[in-house]
Amino acid sequence: MAETADFPGLSSSVSGLREWGDRLRRSSEFIVIPVLALFVSGILFSVFLLALGKSPADFFSLVWRGGFGTSFSWQNTLVRSAPLILTALCVAIPARLGLVIIGGEGALVLGGFGAAAIAIPMVPWAPTPVLLGVMALASIVCGGIWIGLVGALRHYRGVNETISSLLLFYIAVSILNFFVEGALRDPSDPNKPSTMPIGRDNMIGMIPGTDVHWGLVVGIVLCVLLYLLMNRTTFGFAARITGGNLRAAQAQGLPVGRLMLVSCAIAGACAGLAGFLEVAAIHGKANASLIAGYGFTGILVSFLARHNPLVIVPVAVFLGGIAASGGLVQRRMDLPDATVLVLQGLIFLVILVSETFYGRLPFYRSKGEIS
Amino acid sequence: MAVLQSRPEGARRAIGLETIGMTKAFGPLVALDDVSIRVRPGSFHALLGENGAGKSTLVKCVMGFYQPTSGSALVNDREVSIPNPKAAHALGIGMVYQHFTLVPSLTAAENLVISRADTPAVIDWAKERKALEAFLETTPFKVPLDMPVSGLSAGEKQKLEILKQLYLDQSFLILDEPTSVLTPDEADEVLGLLRGMTEAGELTILMITHKFREVTAYADEVTVLRRGRMVGSGKVSDLSIDDMSRMMIGDTAIRESAARKAHSGEPLKLEIAGLFADDDEELPALEAVNLKVRCGEILGIAGVSGNGQSELIQVLSGQRLPSDGRIFIDGKPYEPERKLMDSFKVFGFSEEPLRNAAVPRMSVAENMAFRTFDKVPISPFRGWLSPSPMLKKARDLIAAYRVKTPSTEEPIENLSGGNVQRAILAREISGEVEVLIVANPCFGLDFASVAEIRAQIMDQRNRGAAVLLVSEDLDEILELADTVAVMSEGRITYTSPMDRTDRATIGHAMAGHH
Ligand SMILES: Nc1ncnc2c1ncn2[C@@H]1O[C@H](COP(=O)(O)OP(=O)(O)OP(=O)(O)O)[C@@H](O)[C@H]1O
Ligand SMILES: [Mg+2]
Repeated sequence: MAETADFPGLSSSVSGLREWGDRLRRSSEFIVIPVLALFVSGILFSVFLLALGKSPADFFSLVWRGGFGTSFSWQNTLVRSAPLILTALCVAIPARLGLVIIGGEGALVLGGFGAAAIAIPMVPWAPTPVLLGVMALASIVCGGIWIGLVGALRHYRGVNETISSLLLFYIAVSILNFFVEGALRDPSDPNKPSTMPIGRDNMIGMIPGTDVHWGLVVGIVLCVLLYLLMNRTTFGFAARITGGNLRAAQAQGLPVGRLMLVSCAIAGACAGLAGFLEVAAIHGKANASLIAGYGFTGILVSFLARHNPLVIVPVAVFLGGIAASGGLVQRRMDLPDATVLVLQGLIFLVILVSETFYGRLPFYRSKGEIS
Repeated sequence: MAVLQSRPEGARRAIGLETIGMTKAFGPLVALDDVSIRVRPGSFHALLGENGAGKSTLVKCVMGFYQPTSGSALVNDREVSIPNPKAAHALGIGMVYQHFTLVPSLTAAENLVISRADTPAVIDWAKERKALEAFLETTPFKVPLDMPVSGLSAGEKQKLEILKQLYLDQSFLILDEPTSVLTPDEADEVLGLLRGMTEAGELTILMITHKFREVTAYADEVTVLRRGRMVGSGKVSDLSIDDMSRMMIGDTAIRESAARKAHSGEPLKLEIAGLFADDDEELPALEAVNLKVRCGEILGIAGVSGNGQSELIQVLSGQRLPSDGRIFIDGKPYEPERKLMDSFKVFGFSEEPLRNAAVPRMSVAENMAFRTFDKVPISPFRGWLSPSPMLKKARDLIAAYRVKTPSTEEPIENLSGGNVQRAILAREISGEVEVLIVANPCFGLDFASVAEIRAQIMDQRNRGAAVLLVSEDLDEILELADTVAVMSEGRITYTSPMDRTDRATIGHAMAGHH
């Protein structure tokens, strides 16, 4: 780099250190802003609680206890984080290509249903590993096709991916209801319309010494793999070019449409897998309990993590903890279960607003984009 | 108009501006180092300097987009603080950018009215209209008020940008390369009008430019920056072009334009047959375009901008689908897909690289790897990406093409305009090139870089590449092309070998007489 030495004031001996410090300062923006946003949402939520005549201090200490305070609450939190990690990936991967997918819940529901449906004829004869393998595969295929469809609509017909993924969620729910209340309903279950259970013995077990099922490990491994895919492969590089500047990607002759389609399919496969885990580790069958909002909370997780697969894991645990504390808050403070949803919604709103502050805080100002 | 009335009578008089010891550091990089300049009220002041000298940084500090690390600004000899662009506007300082900031779907009148800070929630159009017309009476700029801005020519748009600043009652205008998108005639008209207003004492102008012609014809005074420092200033009448260019680049030698190697009987390389395409409004933009380029030939396509040139480049580079027609290379059908681009060795670049060819937020190294990231050594085995050969390659290119950047990791959007162009050029031209498709390669470059880039293009030709050069700068075509074609209203209306035509004939064809 002969020319850099020509800059006035750039003396090479200290420049390395300064550059490093500068990079640290710049990347700290990605932590400082979300943390500030969380803080602001906390304040707004306190105002909401005060208006209801409740104590914010009680609330936050209960959230702490219900989510992270005891080993029992930790396990509850981790069980909830597993699907959140996977549905967040369903948002994060397409986001790298500039696509905003909000219908991960649909892929989860369909993935769970597909897994449960394919299990019905197999349960009597298939050994557990084969059964679980086929179920997982079915959920991956269902979810992948579902969100892949969103990518295809976008690529071939220019349909807005956000809207189509949301509409496909409603269709997925209808498909689930249609079969679960009709052809595939388990007649022996009088309470809730469900598919036939896969049976206690066929379900995914717990990580030894805990009450947390293996889905958490699956999620973490997938995060690492997809991080590598996006940052260490030519596919990921091409995807980042496409997401950063479509015209530049076209001028490089990149197969833009195929990239969108494939990343959507990968995204859907992750959410589908979340559905499989809910069926095979928690419910043992497919029914309306699959529609628990994990797909929507996953959107929040991905945005908070700025669509970085590695950051998704801690963020999912954090939001899983808030969700896990819902029951305790309900019992102790006489607040409805939905209270924590209000908090989640507030966080999401503030996070979206905070997106506009990148490069604008005085401390980061000189570095940022202008105009 | 509340804006105009809120100031005392006579406030439209030109103001003077001074910076004292202006310094701006971006991390370790000092982009501006103790720069003091003085712009007298009512003068037309030119700011010169090579790419990356710090010109844009200086005016952004004055406009309040950046906060200087140290130094201050004086307006009419009074120290002022400019924490943000709003404060600059309040002082009467306005800026016109190289690229348009108007809303294309709104009319000129609507654009002007909404630009005001105090636009009421419900706009009384009849009243605004009257006020606008009264305002237009006071300026020499004439622009059709009722047409959507998208239908205006580049010259009219730039006039409207300036008009907008005058309408906002700014009496000190900063222009950052305002004429790069204009034809010489349009530039003359706009600058002539501005010159008239400065002579009348209504306006002060500080203009960044790379064109000496504009400096000698319109500016009174000039200041030159070099590597972040003020290296000279004076009256234009006291300085020759030679003096100014020496201040800009010191004793650095300018690259001689490469000699044109004689070729004969070279085979046909690139053929475009019966190409049709629509523009964004789905109106025909290209109609039956036929072109042939041989190995070792530069085909220059001249024409007034907006006659289908950008659509042609977009079709050739894969950014727009043709509605009919075919492209052949070596007699085989060609489509702008990565595989074929690689096997036929097709490269290209065009103006506005941040919009067309780069990802602004990715690093310089990553942007320089767009052509090579999926090949050995950056991708040592299928699908895997290895960062260290990418960095090494970037370092080599940065050194070889003298791209000024603080590091390989800098987001490319932080480079100066000219250096973004160089980085992209390095990427596209450093390999083995057989077909080169370039459009306005020298937009926004300083004269030394212009000479160098043209020499690079000539080198590629001499090595046997087929070059398709689209340029709005007729001088560039006259200098480089072996064959010239003129494009008018989406058709090729004139073709001739360069040695059998002249400027007047080409100009005639460009004006639509054929
Ligand atoms: N936001 C930024 N962050 C970091 N570095 C920057 C930023 N803006 C400018 N620079 C650096 O400051 C130097 C001066 O840039 P500037 O844009 O002022 O040059 P310029 O004289 O306008 O050049 P050109 O003629 O190419 O437009 C460049 O080396 C550039 O890389
Ligand atoms: Mg500039």
